Amino acid sequence: MKNDGVKIIKTTTWSPGPGCHGGCGILVHVKDNKVIKVEGDPDHPWNQGRLCSRCLSMTQYMYHKDRLRKPLKRVGERGEGKFEEISWDEAFDLIEEKMKKIRTDYGAESVIFHQGTGRDIGGWISMLAYAYGSPNWMFGLSGISCYTPRLMMMSITQGDFAVVDASQWLEKRYDDPEYKIPEIAIIWGQNLPATCPDGFFGHWYVDLMKRGTEFIVIDPRCTWIASRAKIWLQLRPGTDAALALGFIHVIIKENLVNMDFVEKWTNSPHLVRTDGKIPIFLKEKDIKKDGSDLNFVAHDAVSGDFMVWDSTAQAYDKTGAKPSMDGAFTITLADGSKVPVKTVWTLYKENAEQYTPEKVEDITWVPADKIRQAARMYANAKPGALHWGLPIDTIPSTVPTSQAINHLWCLTGNLDNPGGNAIARYAFDVVTYPYHSGGAILSLPPEVMNKRIGIHDYGCIKDFRAWAQPDKVLEQIFSGSPYPIKGMWIQTANPIACTGMEPQKWHKAIKKLDFTVCVDLFMTPTAMLCDVILPAATFLEKDSLKAWWVPLQAIKKVVEVEECKSDIEINLELCKRFMKDFPFPNTQVLFDSLLKSAGITYKELVDNTWMLPPKGHPSKPYFRHERGLLRPDKKQGFRTPSGKIELFSSWLEKWGLDPLPYHEEPPYSHISTPDLFKEYPLILATGRRMGPFFHSEHRQIPWLREQQKDPVLEIHPDTALKYGIEHGEKVCVENWLGKITVKALVTPVIHPNVVMAEHGWWFPEKKGSEPELFGVWDVNVNQLIPMGHEGKAGLGSPIKSMLCKVYKAKG
Amino acid sequence: MTEYGMLIDYEYCTGCKTCEIACKQEYERPAGKVGGVEVLEFVHTLPNDKLFITNIPHFTRACVFCAGRVKQGLEPACVKHCMARILTFGKIEDLTKLIPEKRKAILWTKG
Repeated sequence: MKNDGVKIIKTTTWSPGPGCHGGCGILVHVKDNKVIKVEGDPDHPWNQGRLCSRCLSMTQYMYHKDRLRKPLKRVGERGEGKFEEISWDEAFDLIEEKMKKIRTDYGAESVIFHQGTGRDIGGWISMLAYAYGSPNWMFGLSGISCYTPRLMMMSITQGDFAVVDASQWLEKRYDDPEYKIPEIAIIWGQNLPATCPDGFFGHWYVDLMKRGTEFIVIDPRCTWIASRAKIWLQLRPGTDAALALGFIHVIIKENLVNMDFVEKWTNSPHLVRTDGKIPIFLKEKDIKKDGSDLNFVAHDAVSGDFMVWDSTAQAYDKTGAKPSMDGAFTITLADGSKVPVKTVWTLYKENAEQYTPEKVEDITWVPADKIRQAARMYANAKPGALHWGLPIDTIPSTVPTSQAINHLWCLTGNLDNPGGNAIARYAFDVVTYPYHSGGAILSLPPEVMNKRIGIHDYGCIKDFRAWAQPDKVLEQIFSGSPYPIKGMWIQTANPIACTGMEPQKWHKAIKKLDFTVCVDLFMTPTAMLCDVILPAATFLEKDSLKAWWVPLQAIKKVVEVEECKSDIEINLELCKRFMKDFPFPNTQVLFDSLLKSAGITYKELVDNTWMLPPKGHPSKPYFRHERGLLRPDKKQGFRTPSGKIELFSSWLEKWGLDPLPYHEEPPYSHISTPDLFKEYPLILATGRRMGPFFHSEHRQIPWLREQQKDPVLEIHPDTALKYGIEHGEKVCVENWLGKITVKALVTPVIHPNVVMAEHGWWFPEKKGSEPELFGVWDVNVNQLIPMGHEGKAGLGSPIKSMLCKVYKAKG
Repeated sequence: MTEYGMLIDYEYCTGCKTCEIACKQEYERPAGKVGGVEVLEFVHTLPNDKLFITNIPHFTRACVFCAGRVKQGLEPACVKHCMARILTFGKIEDLTKLIPEKRKAILWTKG
């Protein structure tokens, strides 16, 4: 306590508030139970005293006049904007009554639990969905196109997630002697200073730049980092897989593969049958009558015999053997028939052979020479880091694309090494927000989980992540088949303005339901359509915890703002009402239970504020595959079916997908839809980040909104000239699905054949009731992007590679 | 009287505008009017056709070099929060000595 009555409290950030994926340490200045200032905590290793504009605006956010402060009940027609304030008891009673009725009449699966992006919600909304009994926990972005495809692909390739090591696991950061500054960092599709994505602080790259890291930037836009990069590759949106395969081609052709690493740690010697239409693994069961389906086969270069890779023992069944990396063989199966087989490595090289830099230039527009230069530069770097962004998720071919890019750090041995791509686990294995199908607070019986929407359509939806598939959910709301959808619980999401593609359809869908609840901090176009609206607390008004990836940290309740309640408290109260014997009487008991793997209580975490895992802990780098820290059996290797990095993927094979990476043309393009292209000759990309705003948030915060008043469309000067468009004037962006009117931002940073529209726009200052809905229909670019174009795996959607035309708006 | 200045290592300014908001928060300045600093962005097509983006924090007449904070031994609010850590506040004579170390810098003085 200082003399002037100001108390300074140390805590850490997440949402709600700055909106982002959180992580920063802050010092909160409190006077008379009111937050008067927020500053960066200089002792926190994540941000080291810095803090971004959105967090520095927290006082305007928390005490905004339009902030929802009491629960609201709809009294007029849906969307009419007539609400009545009710007490929390009335709100909980009403929700309990309506949702229990749906459960009784139609089954719990008839309610969808709909969340937004990586906010502090995953643990708590899944807890509520499962306490209620619904398996339909969902993130509403078409094709779950935000990090999940990359997470899935990383998880099945090397058994773990990996992110660039910017020394975030080390308390002394860049100064720790164990750390190495990356010589080269590839930034693949992300404008880092404008964002802190996927549990990463964007400005760490500026720290690295100052310390000598050189950059290769892959982006259709010239970002700030791109303009300072050694090489900037301005690719055609949606062709990232071809570019990655071009890199792989060069790395193999020019002998830049880290062969020691590939031989030792990947499944490259395992044999694949090439007698069928698509290659599949040769398993022990194919060659031995009682052989296992889990064990693989390789060729021994020493004896010339075939041998079995025992996935359980993590060893070959022959001592003194050396598996052949290359080769095509004929093998006799258990039934006596003979089949041709090849090693994964031989097949892998044949696959990459097709993607010559010249062919890749035709596909991607990136000059062949630049592809060669960039591939060499990355492969020769020691260490080389590879950072990738959302555009890898927002294409229907996200699976082969993520796979090809993931392979780059595997082929060069930049995995779990200092300054490369480090394996990222929840700190201390504490799961507050499950990114894969395990780790939820509650669980449902298999027969209930079997009703999850999308589970029968897509293998990886079934096996990898517990979310319902959103494109299939929307379809089912209208079809009512195989069972009707009657309610939706919307929390940390604004599908009408942001996460919903074809928001026209989400609008109809939400209005069609019997009962909808929205939990938010402000009235939004989505909340306006709901029956009950609950006022959520910011991160300064709640207790919580975070382990994405490190540190493990406490979020502390500093003040209260009127009747706002935290998402956790709201969900906890309803869990008690929906589930008999719900095991957690309060948040403290819940948090203590989540912290068991860390061996501490929530109070101890609060006292420490943040904690980094100690050396030797499985959630601390480096080289954990060598030290037996990744697998449950503590053997060397990885948490994959074979224990190796699977360049040829057994999971993809299991799901009926191509086990090797390939290029797939975006669904709308001059090649895929030449007739549409004649009428809509520009590629429409969306979603580039805006510093002052996080997705659809912050348009009502004065300090942030003054940074940018209106949504813009980036258009190249040559293109603008061609269409008679001047900087700052209003233009229509139109395609066969819809039309918006925004301001032209004429700028050379964008490719002449591409326009970039901003996402998430609505106008809190405009009329909220229907039909206006805060002007969302005038500017929401998602109206030009379809639902139902998810990729073959149920993941990915064409969010950044649509087609459109642009013309001067009348009047 | 000691003359103070602001050394701006502008090569690394990303244009995030944290300095602008840090200033507005510190002085509870209203939106709609400039605070003590405004970041200017230049997107240049250089003679060799290379695109280059430069951002420069411009300190306005409203900047008081956070005299109150400095008196308490604190850094100015913008210096503290700068996400790219490009601002150094100090005595002009000390800052002048730092310039050769920096790659590209502007020394801002108030006169």
